[in-house]
Amino acid sequence: MAAPKKGRKPSAQGRPGRTLVLTLIAMVALTGGMFLSGHTTPRLGIDLAGGTSITLKAKNEPGQKNAVNKTNMETAVGIIERRVNGLGVSEAEVQTQGNDNIIVNIPKGTDEESAREQVGTTAKLAFRPVLAGMPAVAGGEATPKPSPSTSGEKAEGDKKDKGAKAEPSGSTSADPPGSPSPSATTQGRAVTSGLAAQDETPAPSGSTNPGSSAPSGSPSAVAPEAPAAAPGIPADLQKKLEALDCSTAPARADAGSKAGVAKNGESIVSCDPESQFKYALGPVAVEGKRIKEASAAIDPRGVEGWIVQMTFDGKGADQFGDITGQLAAKPAPENQFAIVLDGEIVSAPSVSTAISGGNAQISGGFNQKSAEALGNMLSYGALPLTFEEQSVTTVTAALGGEQLEAGLIAGAIGLALVVIYLVVYYRGLALIAIASLLLSAALTYVLMSLLGPAIGFALNLPAVCGAIVAIGITADSFIVFFERVRDEVREGRTLRPAVQRGWPRARRTILVSDFVSFLAAAVLFVVTVGKVQGFAFTLGLTTLLDVFVVFFFTKPLLTLAARSKFFSDGHPWSGFDPKRLGVKPPVRRSRRPVAPLTDPKEA
Amino acid sequence: MSRLGELGAKLYRGEVGYDFVGKRTFWYGVSILITIAAIVGLGVRGLNMGIEFQGGAVFTTPKTSVSAGQAEKVAEEAAGHDAIVQELGTGGLRIQISNVDTTKADQIRPMLAKELNVDPKVINAELVGPSWGEQIANKAWTGLAVFMILVVIYLAIAFEWRMALAALIALIHDLTITVGVYALVGFEVTPGTVIGLLTILGYSLYDTVVVFDSLKEQSKDLAKQTQFTYSEVANRSINSTLVRSINTTVVALLPVAGLLFIGGGVLGAGMLNDISLSLFVGLAAGAYSSIFIATPLVADFKEREPQMKALKKRVLAKRAQAARDERVPGEQGDDEGDPQDVLPGEAQAAVVGPRTQPPSRGRGRGRPSGKRR
Repeated sequence: MAAPKKGRKPSAQGRPGRTLVLTLIAMVALTGGMFLSGHTTPRLGIDLAGGTSITLKAKNEPGQKNAVNKTNMETAVGIIERRVNGLGVSEAEVQTQGNDNIIVNIPKGTDEESAREQVGTTAKLAFRPVLAGMPAVAGGEATPKPSPSTSGEKAEGDKKDKGAKAEPSGSTSADPPGSPSPSATTQGRAVTSGLAAQDETPAPSGSTNPGSSAPSGSPSAVAPEAPAAAPGIPADLQKKLEALDCSTAPARADAGSKAGVAKNGESIVSCDPESQFKYALGPVAVEGKRIKEASAAIDPRGVEGWIVQMTFDGKGADQFGDITGQLAAKPAPENQFAIVLDGEIVSAPSVSTAISGGNAQISGGFNQKSAEALGNMLSYGALPLTFEEQSVTTVTAALGGEQLEAGLIAGAIGLALVVIYLVVYYRGLALIAIASLLLSAALTYVLMSLLGPAIGFALNLPAVCGAIVAIGITADSFIVFFERVRDEVREGRTLRPAVQRGWPRARRTILVSDFVSFLAAAVLFVVTVGKVQGFAFTLGLTTLLDVFVVFFFTKPLLTLAARSKFFSDGHPWSGFDPKRLGVKPPVRRSRRPVAPLTDPKEA
Repeated sequence: MSRLGELGAKLYRGEVGYDFVGKRTFWYGVSILITIAAIVGLGVRGLNMGIEFQGGAVFTTPKTSVSAGQAEKVAEEAAGHDAIVQELGTGGLRIQISNVDTTKADQIRPMLAKELNVDPKVINAELVGPSWGEQIANKAWTGLAVFMILVVIYLAIAFEWRMALAALIALIHDLTITVGVYALVGFEVTPGTVIGLLTILGYSLYDTVVVFDSLKEQSKDLAKQTQFTYSEVANRSINSTLVRSINTTVVALLPVAGLLFIGGGVLGAGMLNDISLSLFVGLAAGAYSSIFIATPLVADFKEREPQMKALKKRVLAKRAQAARDERVPGEQGDDEGDPQDVLPGEAQAAVVGPRTQPPSRGRGRGRPSGKRR
């Protein structure tokens, strides 16, 4: 403590100079980071910056007449909302229009491409058993027929080869010209029970949903429509598979969208975009909406790295148990099922045992990003409807620049008033307050700019207002502190001890009050969604900044200032003029009686 | 200024002060009246919910030369509700108007067409659902409820349950008033409003907590002295933190006033009005309630405790006693007290008291002279 000798409580003060320097270094580093990152302005919400508006039209699927209804639309809005606004701070808007349209507004600066992908194409998720697979690239000729493969991997406990690609299990297919069937999944993923090992319950699909549950069981019992085909798959399906072009991305997308329109009960062919295999898939075994929850996690046993865990609802658990039971008994690649998202295969893990109980995990070859992406798709991929992108158009800001401008002008005037008020009331002390306000304004700005690219944070007009108001609220902490110190001066103390003694009590008040604000923000952030969440985030952020600024800037600054002659002598313009503060018997009464006696109280 | 400083000092010392606690019934009455007015306003006029809450109609026009600003005015006139206008990439406009059903939309369309100088047929009208569906609104309510429960628990631990309860009542009071004003003024409720309202949650409590903190400190050793009743101490806490409360409120209100009157009023910015009005009313109500409602309520609750009742009895007895022996006859030997120092109960009720005001208010104050025990 270079601090005052007089300080009776040596501890309280720390080294104001050093704290200040550290704070300023942190500030400079953050600002530097902001410039380095190239995002020097906060990302604005759609109301201020405009953005992209996507209109989706819900389609009735053939065979499902009344799927487009209010409930389903609401569910879809909810799911899309969570997809485009996962963290709740990106200010995207989703609403229904008319009876069968959904409008998705995405603020400028969002990765539009990926947003469109998330919104438009991921419509329906399903699990389908793999009937056959072949490498996509090798083209038509060497197509293999999957099926009875001898690949040894099938059983083996739960984990699967990661190296599936490397060593395509040499399954020899029965029908078509032999070709290596991909033994494992595209990525060699495997599904295992999330719980322990399971009893095999290869019950016949006893689900109540005939269409979907029918598992393309053994080759013989394959897809219902194709009784004809040989051991493998129906001939027409085989032909389709061979004809399927998966060589280029557009072709794959095309294949996906064709597959996407198929009914649940139909078999499809589709590409696996990642690893260049193509598959023939049986009818839907489990619908995506049966997934209650899915998330990425690190394998608790530490063996598999990142995995995706999923939980099915009751019916889904039954269906999944059935299908895995059947698949497990088969050779690769038929022991795989594909997770199909709107016709495109997301992942095609293999199964080694029946998984009942509704918990399963997919492992093999994930990194954090891919695991989270799959987890997300599984969680929210179960849109109850199919959508078609109808129009994509840019829209201007609904509120326009003038609103933002008006807000900023008004905010500037308001802040100027605050400054005037502070100067008039606190005189020299106001300098410290204003410096603190500027620091917290700057920090808020920098953090918001950085959070734009980091977590998609976008600032809408309410948040701008909130930030302006928050600055006024930040000033509250200073006032609590200053008044405390002035109270101490009123008791007759000189400034240094007054600062030292005033701080612990002011600190408590500030912490208690800020905790309440932060609690409000945290609860709102956790419990709510959408704009409220974005706002709660802003509120929590400014509250934390408030605490930070008071502790690491205002307090040390005032401690330093208290050492200066200007302040400590109670210059009339310092804000600590004892006369002004109404110290009664000016100096006389001060020292003796009061100080020693009150002392013990605070400690 | 100087006078302000002087006043601050006097307030701090308790030389002047307003008897907030003593006059509490009056202020309770005021609050009840305001609350009733708010509830009646809410019941009779209801809230004017924006498009985000209840949906509305969206009109899409082909390319037009009319500016978004003009179109907004036209649309608002035609519909009587706030409109949101966006320019589309095609050069056309998307006009969203809340609270419009199909019939109404059919009436609005020709009006728009006329003003925008296009054929009504090319204006496409469709109803939109609320983007703030029930689900989101419900979640906001849940959040509010969870917050209130947690904050009551927290305040009960940090202070005590009576204060927590009083703070909660004050908070509900503030929210009711704010919502009531919205109903009465007829401003449209947008997400911005809700957000403003939620800001008040934290803020209203912030003020209250500052007063409570001082009260807690001042009433620490209350039972050990016989000079003041709890109510008197409570009143003094309010007075001694009054400057702080006023300053924090002024400082918070200034930017909001800027937004409301300059941003909203002069520059005519619609949404800013919505947000800043709810903030303005809420902040003002929050400051008011922390002074006039929350703390007096705590005093009320506290005075019901047997311990505090006993204290009051002792204090009164002591004062009667003092009155008998002392120069101040009838009353309770009241002087101005210096908050801090007095408390721990020195017995000098009528002592120092540099010319004070008449001893009327029923709260005793000792002029402390910095003596502590």
